[in-house]
Amino acid sequence: MLTIQNLHAKIDNNHILNGINLEVKAGEIHAIMGPNGSGKSTLASVLAGREEFEVMEGSVEFLGKDLLAMAPEDRAREGIFMAFQYPVEIPGVSTINFMKTSVNQIRVHRGQQPLDAVSFLRVMKERMKLVEIDQSLLNRALNEGFSGGEKKRNEIFQMSMLEPKLAILDETDSGLDIDALRIVSNGVNKLRTKNNAIIVVTHYQRLLDYIIPDFVHVLYKGKIVKSGTKDLALELEAKGYDWIKDEVALA
Amino acid sequence: MNLSTTDKNITSDVSSFIQRRVLPVTDELRSHALSIFQNLGLPGTKHEEYKYTPLTRELEKNFSFQHDRVASHVKDLTPFLIPGVEANVIVFVNGIYSREHSAIISPPSELTVLDLQEVLDAKNPEVIRHFNQYTSIKTDAYAAWNTADWRAGLFINIPDQSVVKAPIMIYYINDASAGEVICSNRNLILTGKSSEVTIVEKFNSFGTGNHFTNLVTEIAVAENALLNFYSIQNDKGNRYQYTNTEIHQKNSSRVNTFSFSLQGKILRNNLHLMIDGEGIESHMYGLYLLGDNTLADNHTVVDHKKPNSFTNELYKGIMDGSSRGVFNGKIFVRPQAQKTNAFQANRNILLSEKAGVNTKPQLEIWADDVKCSHGCTTGQLDEEALFYLRTRGIHKDSARAMMLYAFAGEVTDKIKHTPIKNYIDAVISERLQ
Repeated sequence: MLTIQNLHAKIDNNHILNGINLEVKAGEIHAIMGPNGSGKSTLASVLAGREEFEVMEGSVEFLGKDLLAMAPEDRAREGIFMAFQYPVEIPGVSTINFMKTSVNQIRVHRGQQPLDAVSFLRVMKERMKLVEIDQSLLNRALNEGFSGGEKKRNEIFQMSMLEPKLAILDETDSGLDIDALRIVSNGVNKLRTKNNAIIVVTHYQRLLDYIIPDFVHVLYKGKIVKSGTKDLALELEAKGYDWIKDEVALA
Repeated sequence: MNLSTTDKNITSDVSSFIQRRVLPVTDELRSHALSIFQNLGLPGTKHEEYKYTPLTRELEKNFSFQHDRVASHVKDLTPFLIPGVEANVIVFVNGIYSREHSAIISPPSELTVLDLQEVLDAKNPEVIRHFNQYTSIKTDAYAAWNTADWRAGLFINIPDQSVVKAPIMIYYINDASAGEVICSNRNLILTGKSSEVTIVEKFNSFGTGNHFTNLVTEIAVAENALLNFYSIQNDKGNRYQYTNTEIHQKNSSRVNTFSFSLQGKILRNNLHLMIDGEGIESHMYGLYLLGDNTLADNHTVVDHKKPNSFTNELYKGIMDGSSRGVFNGKIFVRPQAQKTNAFQANRNILLSEKAGVNTKPQLEIWADDVKCSHGCTTGQLDEEALFYLRTRGIHKDSARAMMLYAFAGEVTDKIKHTPIKNYIDAVISERLQ
């Protein structure tokens, strides 16, 4: 589904990604872990199409297409979804109206009929249950005055509405208490099928207790320096990141 | 005091123009206003109140003041009318009242509309008591020009307790297809005790000649009355305009003003609220959505003269192209106006590097037990929010429109009259596409 080859990216003059290689297949969950500043969020941003980052080298192929050549909206229409680490507050735009525009622009792109108001509300109600989010929240301006947990739940709600082929969860666990973490993870797990894939970007292992990864990759200085199964995450939790740094220094 | 004049020539050109139009100037007030006008001279950009608004220079450059053009063969005004409203319609074409296009549908028990000059000539005591009492012709040369020169005007009277169901729509249409047009109009509106009325002024034009409208409207709002006042300025790039709206409020009255400056060359709005009573609640909303090289200048004054009143002002601007916005908001709280609540906010978004805004809040507070605040912000569209919307599959242009529409929505959502709101919403969303 997703093939990243030798990806290099910088912002201003800081080289952040220094040759990433990653292959993600349908049905898989990959966790990207690593110490602060290792490039985890940059990788997520580059995949979503954030324009401040400049890709200097390498390629990203998504379902046979050149992802890097696409505008952010086209990536979303092709099936990429990024749950933001810090979801943006947008005053005056209600989540419902925004989602309706979003769902319908994506449907039109895929050659489907846009949903009318009734069908949209029906789908919305169904997905709201799935991620345990209240309608009163969705009537309000997008993320405005939402708590950290509400914002993250809203991200997963949007994911459920857009049914992406590849979801990238960028530090979705940050700022969540244990109950919110459970609700958000449950939502993600319910959305998992054998046809979609998930990349979980996280600093801590605890999210991976709920969303069980097939593969764990450790990112350090803009490169994947170690890959393994979920046991690697447990090892990182127990030993911290220093031993990885030492290994890299020795190599 | 000719220091502030850019050029004496335009003042004398306009003087001769006025004298040719209003000959002989026998009316005492008109000749008095004319001499004030000549003494003051039109304000140049050295004048504090016109620092960013070269209205005088632009008039000088683009008008000859040689022709008094009133004739027009305009028949169909439909494209300019706000659809879906059962309204009292009053139309001025080139500054002249058009009987053909006007119709008052409200019964005389709700409202009377008369020719202002006729009621002045008849020495109607109510009219004499209010006319020219609220406009400061001594300091404002454009108001003095209007007072000397006005060609046609309305006296609108809303009796006590009258709830006027149909709004009053006043259309100022300039037909500049034969060349430059210069209009001066003058209105006096008295709303009676506990009356309610909605008044809309709208400005449009035909033709490609330059045209200038100088409009002064004085409104006296009596005890416990409600006034909703809308100004819709969405013409073409050949409109030059000065409007001066003076609203005088008595005890427990409520006023909501809405000013939409959407298109034109130079639009200067002086909107003044005199809070001359207690228990008053007033809201002033403004939206300027500008492109090309439009300049919209809103000078507002809220003058709290008595205690225990509340005023709130929110003006928002979106500027694209080489357009310019100017906002100057004065709030005065006089020594006796204790327990005043007065708030003001001005927020701007600049969409292009060439667009600009000059904003200046000016609070002068002499009373000590008051709550007042002001704030102004100017920035670009939030790039992070734009990116967020795009990652949800929303096209860049729709995402941008969505955000701007939401920004404007803080003003348009306050419109109380549904057909007017629908009309403004449609104009704005079309502009933002």
